[in-house]
Amino acid sequence: MTIYILRRLAYAILILLGVSFITYLLLYLIPADPARQLAGRSATPETIANIRAQLGLDLPFYQQYFQYLMNLLQGDLGRSYIQRTEVSALIGSRLSASSQLLVWGIGFELLIGISLGVLAALKRNTALDRGLMAFSFVGVSSPHFIASMLFLYLFAVHLEWFPLGGYGTTHHILLPAITLGILGSGWYSRMVRSSMIEALQQDFIRTAHSKGLTRVRVIFRHVLPNAIIPVIPMVGIDIGIFIGGLVVVESVFGWPGLGQLAWQAIQRVDIPVIVGVTMVSAVVIVLANLIADLLVPLVDPRINLEKS
Amino acid sequence: MSALQLIKKLCRHKSVAFSLFVIVSVVFASLFASWIAPYDPNKQFFEGLTMEGAPLPPNSTFLLGTDLLGRDLLSRLIYGAQTSLIIGIVANGIAILIGTLVGVTAGFLRGWVGNVLMRMTDLMMAFPALLLAIALAAILEPSLWIVALVIAMVNWVQVARVIYSETIAISSREFIAVERTLGASTRRILFSHLLPHLLPTIMVWATLGISTTVLLEATLSFLGVGVQPPTPSWGNIIFESQTYFTSAVWLVLFPGTLIVLLSLSFNLVGDALRDELDPSLKGRD
Repeated sequence: MTIYILRRLAYAILILLGVSFITYLLLYLIPADPARQLAGRSATPETIANIRAQLGLDLPFYQQYFQYLMNLLQGDLGRSYIQRTEVSALIGSRLSASSQLLVWGIGFELLIGISLGVLAALKRNTALDRGLMAFSFVGVSSPHFIASMLFLYLFAVHLEWFPLGGYGTTHHILLPAITLGILGSGWYSRMVRSSMIEALQQDFIRTAHSKGLTRVRVIFRHVLPNAIIPVIPMVGIDIGIFIGGLVVVESVFGWPGLGQLAWQAIQRVDIPVIVGVTMVSAVVIVLANLIADLLVPLVDPRINLEKS
Repeated sequence: MSALQLIKKLCRHKSVAFSLFVIVSVVFASLFASWIAPYDPNKQFFEGLTMEGAPLPPNSTFLLGTDLLGRDLLSRLIYGAQTSLIIGIVANGIAILIGTLVGVTAGFLRGWVGNVLMRMTDLMMAFPALLLAIALAAILEPSLWIVALVIAMVNWVQVARVIYSETIAISSREFIAVERTLGASTRRILFSHLLPHLLPTIMVWATLGISTTVLLEATLSFLGVGVQPPTPSWGNIIFESQTYFTSAVWLVLFPGTLIVLLSLSFNLVGDALRDELDPSLKGRD
């Protein structure tokens, strides 16, 4: 187990190194002249030359990257083109709002996805099953901005059940979180449905039934725990798509998180901020996958790490 | 199985038949846009706005209403279909090409080449596709072709992974080993044996991929880094009118419905194709 954990950790670090290299390319290599962008329009050639020297843009490529990496390790994500502040400070002030919505959103995603999947599997091949699967298809085929605008119109403007965007109370977080939950639940409900159906056909389930256990007990004690294991790595795999949705939902609902920050940066072509948010999201994704991979062998004793 | 038989089989499900109908309609609309569209999509009509300068709701002159500049929404939607399809086909075509190339190379050669290639896909998976696309589009300054390229650059990863595992599965089958012992060249094995067996998987992913592409293009355009106005795209129609969506809901509702319908249709057809073409799924439900 220790070897597995160490190897998995080393791999995560390697991926993060790769991530830093790509963000470096996006920040300094692909844009036409980052020093001019940072200096602003009215800057003198001397100022630009100064900034270029400060950023190390006159150094050879590998030294530049090394310096960028050292800065990253100290939490320095560069400076915003527009706001003239550290990107890390901008991101830091937004992290908590985004994490809240992330946790609530994934919570709803799992709640909706798992319960619909279980329901569909138990009512397999009925009209309800087909209806739920059609619902999951529509969910995964809908862009977040359309669903967000539609739900805002329906539930906030028309029915006035929820506030029209904003931040602060539980009341504010519900509609954006449910929007994220509904759209993301499709893959989970389809996966839980098929793994439930598979689990229902296992021998030990038949044994449990013939022992005289009630249907409810068999389903909740024996079928569900088995069917739910693949959900854990799925959260890791899905989180990249989820964060994409988060960016859009935040900008439509006016949620003061990283997504809204990215959206504002897009409107002003503030590349360091966009890349900073991308970098932080990549770290979250790598960590989520690491946690998921370490969690699965703990909850599923059938997985033998020594053999693999 | 001929193409016609396949289509007949797919149409057994009403939802898939309907999806095919939607796809054919969109293709038709974009091919013959200049004949079908009632007006020039970029013409700003004086009578297309109210006295206060607000867009008109659907009426007998402008069937689906007008937008903020008094342009005919229906005509813009018909021309927008062109944008969606061009990007869907170009972006997804490039993604499938890169994905297949990487997947087949990695799966066929394995060793360190395969390892490096697959670790690259791991690295790409560490980024949220949307944010990476936004960053690239913002840096490269968006146009129709840049948007297609950007989408291809983030969408090939899934394809590469699927093709990789499929290539490994096929290469380990006996008939490939027999071919090898009979002295078949690598080229022959690749082109006469491996690729034909990969074709169903490629077809399924090409279909499903268009759905992802349509969604991504719409989202990028909605965020302002996609196809740039005045070229109409279903996403940027919503982008332009988002501030008005509570008073002019048709400007979001009609393009929104089209995006969902088209994406859903490709998803349903792709799913049905997988059931039909993937032999490993036969007999399951």
